[in-house]
Amino acid sequence: MEEHSEQHASSTDQAPGVGEDEPSGSFATYTAGLAFALLLTGASFMVSQTDLLWAPGVPAGLVVLAIAQMGVHLVFFLHIGTGPDKTNEVLALAFGLLIVTLVVGGSLWIMANLNANMMPAAAIMEMQR
Amino acid sequence: MSAQADTGAWPNATMIARGGGGPEPVEIVVAYGFWIFLLSDIIMFSALFATYAVLSGETAGGPSGRDLFDLRNAAIETLCLLFSSYACGLGVLAVRRRRMDGFYLSFALAFALGATFVALEVAEFAGMIARGAGPSRSAFLSAYFSLVGLHGAHVTAGLLWLAFTVAQIAVKGPRDFVLRRLHCFSLFWHALDIIWVALLTLVYLMGAR
Repeated sequence: MEEHSEQHASSTDQAPGVGEDEPSGSFATYTAGLAFALLLTGASFMVSQTDLLWAPGVPAGLVVLAIAQMGVHLVFFLHIGTGPDKTNEVLALAFGLLIVTLVVGGSLWIMANLNANMMPAAAIMEMQR
Repeated sequence: MSAQADTGAWPNATMIARGGGGPEPVEIVVAYGFWIFLLSDIIMFSALFATYAVLSGETAGGPSGRDLFDLRNAAIETLCLLFSSYACGLGVLAVRRRRMDGFYLSFALAFALGATFVALEVAEFAGMIARGAGPSRSAFLSAYFSLVGLHGAHVTAGLLWLAFTVAQIAVKGPRDFVLRRLHCFSLFWHALDIIWVALLTLVYLMGAR
């Protein structure tokens, strides 16, 4: 038993997320995350405050930068990665994203449809006379 | 265990991940459960984000985002949260290595920055209400105060949780079950940052244009 676990120490003790330092990352991980986050926040403010981007493209640019920064936070601060011990967390995240997309996208879609297809309130009042 | 070892079927990382190696360590189960909670919290926020996105133009003749939002204030709030998150991460690293001075310093910093964020937000809300732009003024402002106020309430609750957990470590020492609570807190604190990124982009950066 003693012998055996030593023999296999390299394959069991190195499991990501089970080791000594892995679950909370390292100083370098957090510092890199902070640097990326600051860079992306700065870029967001710059895009929104200057004419760097073509004006109608600004919202799309801001959304892209925000999604990138959320990714940075997930990877560098919350340590969501591709390791085998992260499979469950990534699947739960994917399901959460599905629900968020349905709630936000669905609400916007339905409300835009209603706005486009419903008569203005004044016209309805007119008809009810 | 020994039977497994004899047949050479020692669980490797993949088998552990797929449930082939018996129960997971408590840390992993707790962190996973807390991750599910965080995702459900984000889904709750997504409903308020959708509400805000639908109502952001409905100002009922009142002030719009362009009149109300101060981007300099939003930038300072963003930096407060970001550095608070960073300090929290470093504090967790420090306590894992039993560097208690570094831990207390990091968490004091994280608390101070979080409290600054809440103070700035309360001042912003008070200023808007004083200008007659309270939550009852228009649908846009109702949605704004619900969304940003809920995030602020989360940060306030997080500050209480932070103080409570640090006090537990001071009293009980860095024992496993206290460290698990601290780990959950750090996940919560980082997740609030993710929500703030979405909030900053949708509400402030897009609204102030």
